[in-house]
Amino acid sequence: MRRAWTAVRAAPCPSRTERPQLSSPHLISERRYPLLVVLLLAAVPVLLVAAVTYGAVDLPAADVWRVITAHLTTGRPPADVSGIDNEIIWNSRAPRTVLALIAGAGLAVAGAILQTVVRNPLADPYVLGVTSGASLAAVAVITLGSVAGLGVSGAAFVGACATLALVLALGSRRGALTPTRLVLAGVALSYLLQGATSYLQLRAQPDQLAGILFWLLGSVAGARWSDLTAPGVIVVACTGWLLLQGRRLNALLLGDETAAALGVHVHRFRLALLAVAALVTAAVIAVAGGIAFVGLIVPHAVRLLVGPDHRRTLPLIAVTGGLFLVAADLAARTLSPPLELPLGILTAILGTPFFLWLLRRESAVA
Amino acid sequence: MRVQLSGVHVEIGGVSGVDLEVEPGEFVGLVGPNGSGKSTLLRALYRARRPDAGTVRVDGDDVWRTLSARRSAQRTAVLAQHSTDGFDFTVAELVATGRTPHRSAPAADREIIARALERVGMTGRADRPYATLSGGERQRVLLARALAQQGDVLVLDEPTNHLDIAAQLELLELVHELKITTLAALHDLNLAAAYCDRLYVLAAGRVVAYGPALDVLTPALLLEVFGVRAHLGLNPLTGRPNLTFATGDPR
Repeated sequence: MRRAWTAVRAAPCPSRTERPQLSSPHLISERRYPLLVVLLLAAVPVLLVAAVTYGAVDLPAADVWRVITAHLTTGRPPADVSGIDNEIIWNSRAPRTVLALIAGAGLAVAGAILQTVVRNPLADPYVLGVTSGASLAAVAVITLGSVAGLGVSGAAFVGACATLALVLALGSRRGALTPTRLVLAGVALSYLLQGATSYLQLRAQPDQLAGILFWLLGSVAGARWSDLTAPGVIVVACTGWLLLQGRRLNALLLGDETAAALGVHVHRFRLALLAVAALVTAAVIAVAGGIAFVGLIVPHAVRLLVGPDHRRTLPLIAVTGGLFLVAADLAARTLSPPLELPLGILTAILGTPFFLWLLRRESAVA
Repeated sequence: MRVQLSGVHVEIGGVSGVDLEVEPGEFVGLVGPNGSGKSTLLRALYRARRPDAGTVRVDGDDVWRTLSARRSAQRTAVLAQHSTDGFDFTVAELVATGRTPHRSAPAADREIIARALERVGMTGRADRPYATLSGGERQRVLLARALAQQGDVLVLDEPTNHLDIAAQLELLELVHELKITTLAALHDLNLAAAYCDRLYVLAAGRVVAYGPALDVLTPALLLEVFGVRAHLGLNPLTGRPNLTFATGDPR
């Protein structure tokens, strides 16, 4: 009897200690973290130039460099590069590559924030239904024509914001926002909006369908410099603010009551985070469409490397998200030329296996 | 710091008109059956649930009307019952969250975190993932976080739930040695009687008795509030008050 008792004491709660996949400390230690940041930042200009160089037509990297520096320094194309090459480099590939960088960074950061706000690892920028609202509005403009003078982007932005307002109203109870209610309200509303979008697609003219498909799956093709100002400013400003909230985000991750005990005004903070994440998402999808999976997988991949501390994850998530989408866009243009694939197809091919692996890991924890 | 609750009323959670005081340095226990409002009352103190009426004061300042969430958290730290949140953090990272209400100062924070871990005997575990610790170790880490928060008031909300008996005693010994102003909701009446300077008994959201354990935990009160027969004696091993129980109807 006594021996049995000692045996139990010696191995307390095996279910708690046997967690091999969680028990490994962060893959990148605090000491090596700065190195990782430097490496990723160094990869940004390299990948940007690569993305502008390669495509349906490969251009000499030297020309690419000359065109970019000439435009950045003199504001004019260089004399010794042909007009067509200049057009491809500066007015086609450069803006779409920069848009991919902005969109990837924005979606990844928004996804990370929403995963923390609703404390659900499967959350992404679209969990609140924002993208469904944007899609419906965009598809409505494509099929039915402009509404109140809004183009596709403007309508998508308005649709996203209206949906967020509706989800917040449905998700709050006695003025308090609970994560579960928010997710349920977002998912329920998404289905309704998607149904309406499908109806519009059925009624669409054949020549409109390609445009609709490209918008729904996301694409940075056809981006112009003038399209980049609004998402650029919004993504940079919102990410900047979020980078300053690292400690409070960590507290929120520990539960509402712990966060309150740590001095966070939970309700106000959650509302601000939702608004910022939705604003970033709306600004991005208004110009790039509903690019899936970036906001889901990039935050998780970064957390696997450096742990859950937002002070370390958020800068990396922004940079990695940008790099990921630039690479995905490069692949979209070069995998099966001259056909160009929508971004959503590539991010889904990369994202789905990761998503399934994550589900397995989560069910192992639960 | 002195803690004063007066006329605290919380509609959802069923706390109605509670007056309660904790003197500086005192360890006060809050006992009562499930649903008597212990946790709700504590939430009103650490600013997680705004009372519908009444005032909560810490060191003379109204927690809800005068102090900001951050200022309040600089005074009051909390150790709640075992939870599953924060699983992916390392021990040091989790303790570091205790610095949230304070101005960020990485070097000084590291020192404070190290001292807090030393105080609870977890120094060697700083880089371990929190998820791999035993229940008792987890609660010691959360106590270290409360210490890193450097409040003068400590709130405990059933901190010994789900712990084995050795871990329960170790945790309360640790808190007792801190000599910090403490208000603790405790499930186990013997632990409450053994470690608390004074007890408040809550039933259906009201204070029905308060005072030193020996005066409060009478067989009559325990029958009335908890519906059990009880005998109050002394623990032969520790000399502290000790209760033994039997079901309410003598058969």
